[in-house]
Amino acid sequence: MFANFDFDVIRRSLGYLFLDGMAFTLTLTGLSALGGIIFGTLIALMRLSGFKVLGRIAGLYVDFMRSLPLVLVIFWFYFLVPYVGQWLTGASRPISVGAFTSALVTFIMFEAAYFSEIMRAGIQSISKGQPAAANALGMTYAQTMRYVVLPQAFRNMLPVLLTQTIVLFQDTSLVYVLSMPDFLGAASKVAQRDGRLVEMYLFAAVVYFTISCAASFGVRRLQARISIVR
Amino acid sequence: MIEINHVNKWYGPTFQALKDCTTKVAKGEVVVVCGPSGSGKSTLIKCVNALEPIQEGEIILDGIKVNDPKTDLPKLRARVGMVFQHFELFPHLKIIENLCLGQEKVLGRSHDEAMAKGAKLLDRVGLKDHANKYPAELSGGQQQRVAIARALAMDPIAMLFDEPTSALDPEMISEVLDVMVDLAREGMTMMVVTHEMGFARKVAHRVIFMDQGEIVEDAQKDDFFGKPRSDRAQKFLSKILSH
Repeated sequence: MFANFDFDVIRRSLGYLFLDGMAFTLTLTGLSALGGIIFGTLIALMRLSGFKVLGRIAGLYVDFMRSLPLVLVIFWFYFLVPYVGQWLTGASRPISVGAFTSALVTFIMFEAAYFSEIMRAGIQSISKGQPAAANALGMTYAQTMRYVVLPQAFRNMLPVLLTQTIVLFQDTSLVYVLSMPDFLGAASKVAQRDGRLVEMYLFAAVVYFTISCAASFGVRRLQARISIVR
Repeated sequence: MIEINHVNKWYGPTFQALKDCTTKVAKGEVVVVCGPSGSGKSTLIKCVNALEPIQEGEIILDGIKVNDPKTDLPKLRARVGMVFQHFELFPHLKIIENLCLGQEKVLGRSHDEAMAKGAKLLDRVGLKDHANKYPAELSGGQQQRVAIARALAMDPIAMLFDEPTSALDPEMISEVLDVMVDLAREGMTMMVVTHEMGFARKVAHRVIFMDQGEIVEDAQKDDFFGKPRSDRAQKFLSKILSH
């Protein structure tokens, strides 16, 4: 049944698929995860702060982001970010930020909503005695968070954060709608050019599956190791 | 050193945890606070360094009003050591790092200076071989001794102990009490919430007995153990001393 298929197209395009496409995907995933965790931690701290207004704003932000399909957010950001840039800098026309920056900002803001909930759970998992002990030593709120609470919260939540990053890795394929050269975009371009849709999309699926599966397995092993140490 | 004047504290709108509490701890004095559970003794000691807020009255620590919104609380707390029932060592840091963190980040000491001070205090509590272990690798009694060393590393003007031996297995209580007795004999100002009446007899100057949020009895040690004036204190003593 494979008589009509030409799987050699994969071999011929490996360099483009991985050195360009996958490199783009991994860069976007890495930077988005990093930014999302930092921004998400700030949102979590806002939600847990004693200030009601801050907590409400953060809560609304999280609910808002989680109620929208990611594809829509990607689209909207792509069109909106230039205007926001114009508004912020007072330029006379919309500022072109480039598709990559736009996508990166989108993913950071969108994923921050999910990362913030993970970090919130992580912070709440630390017993109240820990910040009390840090305060008793004379540490300020910022020091208590930075040196005592967040390192522990981050470590407790590391497996969940990494699992969310694997989801993010798959989600980055949605930048395909902005015709960006991520792994799926690259595969798609080759597929259209050579008329080999079935082969290329099958191969893309296998690659995403393999990487995600291997990463999940790695996270499970890490989880086992962390739970022994504690 | 510590003055507590007519302090009232509520948890939520209705439950009053402290009722018109007034007492003081002079410099170099060791005061033991005892009483049945739920009597407010832990709450009282946590109010002294403002880990718990109070609604009425005032607490003055070394001349500074604790419950004044203008008081720089971190700065004030850095001068008072506190030891908790559940140790509260930082589990992600090694023992020596636990001792250095406050010195470096709060007092601004250099790393070398903090390490030297930390090592000296670890030696003093008999744990210098454990500097590079993590808290979870130590027994409860050892962890509590580290917690005392951590508080002492800040060169405190007074020490607060919140039931320091309540979470310990019986055979570990004495190793912690020994450290506390040494500290008391060196003239450290101490306020100690504890049920260890042996410790109170040995080193306390005064004993405060609390019940239902009130200071029922505040007496010199010999008076307290000799002839407690209130029925409630008598009953409490007879219960915990009879076996």
